[in-house]
Amino acid sequence: MIEATAFWSQLKQHITLFSGVPDSTFGRSYNALADDPEVRFVAAVREDSALGIASAAGLAGKRGAVVMQNSGIGNVVNAITSFNLVYQVPALLIIGWRGYRGADSDAPEHAVMGEKSAAILDVLGVHNAVLDEAGWQRQVDDLISKMDAEHSPVALFVPPGVLQA
Amino acid sequence: MNREEAISAVLGAVPNSAFLVTTTGLISREVFAQRDRDRNLYLLGSMGLASSIGLGLALLRPSTHVVVLEGDGSALMSLGVLPSIAAERPRRFTHVILDNEAYESTGSQPSISGRFDLSAVGTTAGYASSLAATDADSFADAIREASSQTGPFLVVAKVALDPSLRTPPRVSLSPVAIRDRFRQAFSNASADASVK
Repeated sequence: MIEATAFWSQLKQHITLFSGVPDSTFGRSYNALADDPEVRFVAAVREDSALGIASAAGLAGKRGAVVMQNSGIGNVVNAITSFNLVYQVPALLIIGWRGYRGADSDAPEHAVMGEKSAAILDVLGVHNAVLDEAGWQRQVDDLISKMDAEHSPVALFVPPGVLQA
Repeated sequence: MNREEAISAVLGAVPNSAFLVTTTGLISREVFAQRDRDRNLYLLGSMGLASSIGLGLALLRPSTHVVVLEGDGSALMSLGVLPSIAAERPRRFTHVILDNEAYESTGSQPSISGRFDLSAVGTTAGYASSLAATDADSFADAIREASSQTGPFLVVAKVALDPSLRTPPRVSLSPVAIRDRFRQAFSNASADASVK
């Protein structure tokens, strides 16, 4: 399991502005990020608002990130398609993947989005990766490089049990 | 006051140094037609996103004045952002809502704001101040006052639908050109701020 402090520390090196809506995948480590005095974190009430807030960093020559649950992918589709992708404003989406291990692995409300999460981002052309305990630092750095090079939103999926919650 | 007059009042009262985020549809088109400037961020789509982007900009650079200009439909779509703005308390933030009680950009279908007091939301959300204006002079005065005091401020103006107005042309800049120009202006303002 990836230690939460190390995970957020790695992201803090790259990201100036965080926003988000909580997910149990992150558990208490979400609070640790939100309360970290070294981090500018804005509590949002919806995922699209969180993406709007974080995208301001991309407009200021910095980087922004959103922490959210995969059920919120539905809420960010319009912001991604009519703002981030057409204005070419990057943002990193850090998405807890409820229902990752199949419909029976989680609560029933996660069955559909649990199966379709990566497919939806693929259809939109949003590059995405699933957090892997082995070599995760490299994964984060590669995603940030891709986001910078392509001026595009990118996503890092976090399955339950991979990150210390 | 009709749309042209309301936007003229806004543009006359907003300080030159302020960054202006404008919502999709006729509001961005009217601002572009009346007074295009490097510090304008026109949102061509993404209805409801102007206030979030404006909030992010204001938090990244608290010394910079950010003005969000949107309509009642756009504000209602993201009403939850108002308490977020109040909770974060950006000091130099003016939120302007042009309330014509309709979705004028899509054919003037009625919105619910005729039965709902948008300016009251600013008060209950916890903005530093929330003002309602019905004529161009009081509207401009309210924006000037908001620009000189510690925010966040909400200014709501009732605007009349006026079918005799010409439809302003589309914003002729590409989204990427709007982004590049705005980002450059925001960076330059940062350099100015660090000199002071």
